[in-house]
Amino acid sequence: MTMSEKTVPASSGSGGALREKRRSPWWEVWRRLRRNKAAVAGMTVVILLLFVAVFAPLIAPYDPNQTNIKIRLQPPSAEHLMGTDNFGRDMFSRVIYGSRISLYVGFIAVGIGAVFGGILGAVGGYYGGRLDNFIMRCMDVLLAIPQIILAIAIVGALGTSLLNLMIAVGISQLPRYARVVRASTLTVRGQEFVEAAKAIGASDTRIILENILPNCMAPIIVQSTLGVAQAILAAATLSFLGLGIQPPTAEWGSMLSSGRQFLRNAPYLTFFPGVAISIVVLALNIFGDGLRDSLDPKLRQ
Amino acid sequence: MKDTLLEIKDLNVIYKTYEGTVAAVNGVDFALDRGKTLGLVGESGAGKTTTALSIMGLVPSPPGIIQRGRVTFAGQDLLTLPEKDMKKIRGNRISMIFQDPMTSLNPVLSVGLQISEALVAHQNLSEAEAERKAAEMLEKVQIPGARYREYPHEFSGGMRQRVVIAMALACNPRLIIADEPTTALDVTIQAQVLELMRSLKEEFATAMIMITHDLGVVGEVCDDVAVMYAGRIVEMGSLDQIFGNAMHPYTLGLFRCIPDIEEESSTIHPIEGLMPEPLDLPKGCPFHPRCPQCMEVCRQVVPEACEDNGHRVLCHLFGGGERRA
Amino acid sequence: MPELIVVENLRKYFPVAAGNVHAVDDVSFTIDEGETLGLVGESGCGKSTTGRLLIRLIEPTSGRILYRGRDMASMDKQELHGLRKEMQIIFQDPFSSIDPRKSIGETIGKPLEIFGMGRKEREETVDALMEKVGLSPRLYYKYPHELDGGRRQRVGIARALSLSPSFIVCDEPVSALDVSIQSQILNLLQELQETMKLTYLFVSHDLSVVKHISDRIAVMYLGKIVESAPSLDLFRNTLHPYSQALLAAVPIPKLNRKRERFILSGGVPSPINPPTGCRFHTRCPWTMDICSQQEPPLTDRGGGHSVACHKVP
Repeated sequence: MTMSEKTVPASSGSGGALREKRRSPWWEVWRRLRRNKAAVAGMTVVILLLFVAVFAPLIAPYDPNQTNIKIRLQPPSAEHLMGTDNFGRDMFSRVIYGSRISLYVGFIAVGIGAVFGGILGAVGGYYGGRLDNFIMRCMDVLLAIPQIILAIAIVGALGTSLLNLMIAVGISQLPRYARVVRASTLTVRGQEFVEAAKAIGASDTRIILENILPNCMAPIIVQSTLGVAQAILAAATLSFLGLGIQPPTAEWGSMLSSGRQFLRNAPYLTFFPGVAISIVVLALNIFGDGLRDSLDPKLRQ
Repeated sequence: MKDTLLEIKDLNVIYKTYEGTVAAVNGVDFALDRGKTLGLVGESGAGKTTTALSIMGLVPSPPGIIQRGRVTFAGQDLLTLPEKDMKKIRGNRISMIFQDPMTSLNPVLSVGLQISEALVAHQNLSEAEAERKAAEMLEKVQIPGARYREYPHEFSGGMRQRVVIAMALACNPRLIIADEPTTALDVTIQAQVLELMRSLKEEFATAMIMITHDLGVVGEVCDDVAVMYAGRIVEMGSLDQIFGNAMHPYTLGLFRCIPDIEEESSTIHPIEGLMPEPLDLPKGCPFHPRCPQCMEVCRQVVPEACEDNGHRVLCHLFGGGERRA
Repeated sequence: MPELIVVENLRKYFPVAAGNVHAVDDVSFTIDEGETLGLVGESGCGKSTTGRLLIRLIEPTSGRILYRGRDMASMDKQELHGLRKEMQIIFQDPFSSIDPRKSIGETIGKPLEIFGMGRKEREETVDALMEKVGLSPRLYYKYPHELDGGRRQRVGIARALSLSPSFIVCDEPVSALDVSIQSQILNLLQELQETMKLTYLFVSHDLSVVKHISDRIAVMYLGKIVESAPSLDLFRNTLHPYSQALLAAVPIPKLNRKRERFILSGGVPSPINPPTGCRFHTRCPWTMDICSQQEPPLTDRGGGHSVACHKVP
């Protein structure tokens, strides 16, 4: 007998009791991430912002859409931490509520881009040949158009609404997910475990979903954290141009947009939403960087 | 009468990793005479490559730390030598041949240029002289000098490894460290390269450390053999001593677990168990969990080396000049 | 023993920019039930491609493969899928052949899941399989990177065994492992062959390993079988010059060996434009005029010892 280790007496059926506890590879990633102070700080900020977005009604001192002409354009004070806008709405409450839309748009748009882009990239990379060529040339066409112009065109065609805004930003981000996923698919496809999956009779769909995509998660996640920041900016830009969120809904981009006419007299109207956007973008970028490092298997040793 | 070129005393190298401290080399001692070839044998994780890198002053740091020990090369202690002086030795008086000829050559420089580069840097040759010498070196490894201007991708794997050998020999070094130089090659090509190394070694009178996991390769080219396990040299001696009269249970195990191609029917006797976890080396003799002759003392105490006529073994079975078991 | 697999005039060409790579070029052989056929040769000789063709991981360019007398080309998709239960493969590299993102238990149980076994039954079967290949069932939830090469290779073996196949292609299953681990795996493979009545195609470049495990051996050079014989016969009476060179090139860890040096010059020619006539004539020390013009057929010289060489009478 060539037993490589002392086998536990066979007790078939209740093998589960003998097994060492389940520990996912994500736990390892978390362990490495924890050591990266900057990434943890970034993550804390992101979580804090999500918290703010979820509990906005509890945090905001005023109704964000409550107008009051008497107190319009007041500078920051104890009563109104970030001042009031030209309709007398409390800026602090609006920034708080704005986080809801901004983060929502950011995450959903990236979700759309990552899911569809990822599938297109994986399918193209896995099958190769003409299908791959067709998909990637379409992506090249999308890439050739500046992202914001593409998004403007899509919103223009679909009409302005929150959903269309997210679709537009999502589509404009699609090519890069397709590209990174395709690139890693090409590497993963060449590995023997994909051949092994074919040998045990797994279908192509199963191989793509169970073997290829999970092994492409690292670049997708990294691209996504950077993408969320860019999606928020893109949504803000579209709103700024009047193609996104319509007034009176509080959204950081549209707040910037409407505040710009008062830039001289009331700079705080643009300052605070601007700072909010910067914080989210910065936090996500730092978090994304750290996540990329801890997902890199080369740094595992 | 001894003519020692390289002497390593009590070398200890650790790697500090996130998971903990890996003791890669634990008190390695050996000496190499001029013109001799030492085979450093062991399985992955035995510390062969780390030992070699310590000689070259190339232990990656971080995470590697040379904790203790002395590496004396031609009278100089290499471990305390400043990097500036080490650079003059590396590639000039000690050179290295790596396992993979595909990655150890620069793909964007012609092979001739890669050989002459070292000559210009170390031997103060003019470029024309270096070029002539490099072409000569190519001929020495049986590659037409006319292929001087060709690029690595135009050569096959075996040819590339010969180019690497030509590079290593260009400055006429006193010591060559070859790290698994034929592992990536096919057997018939391996036979060519080994033959070439054997004849060049004679011609250039270069000492060599041959790192390999293949005892067969050791038998082809080495004068002395050191068997490493878990960062220690567990047995060392001349080729005759090790191949004819192996003593350490690990060395014996290594011989017994390879199928014998010359026997009509062969049975193989594996060494049971797993390689030791580098982060968590067993107490006592590192081989004791896999040793068929394990005794109580083996679990507790690291054995002392005992030596007889240059045949050194690190095992509790031997000591005090007589066999205890 | 009845023939399990019959291969007739099998060819596989891979199109590349410069032409066709003649990976496998007109190869015929049989594998009897319960035996181990060793396929030996140097890199690029087509031995791994042959293994993959046999279990239909890739489609042949031409030629027939009969499994238990049935032509695989005539099978429909459903039948070919069913054939997966019959024939499996063990890969060379224990590091790339199992998915790093799946636990050991998941990897071994995947074939069972694909063929519709329920969760409970599957877990029990996986536990039994793990014990069979010498892995502790405690490791069920471990991930591949937590295991060493030898244990990972055991996972690959357990996965191949999970569907209780009759035929397994072992594609260099021990060449990536440490020597002391190699012998453990070789013994395990032999043990499993006995208990499970397996038939192996054992692909390797290592002659001593192939000799140890095979009943018959076929030597390949540039896409062709140049010699095939019962294992002992091939070593006692090596006929083809290439087989002789291959044998002479193996370094043997013994003192004072009296072996004639027989070192081939040059490397293997390109498989895109293989040499005319006998493919080995460019490196053969005994090459004659006829060798470059006419391809020697693989003919039986008695006792199942076939060789393709003009020089051999």
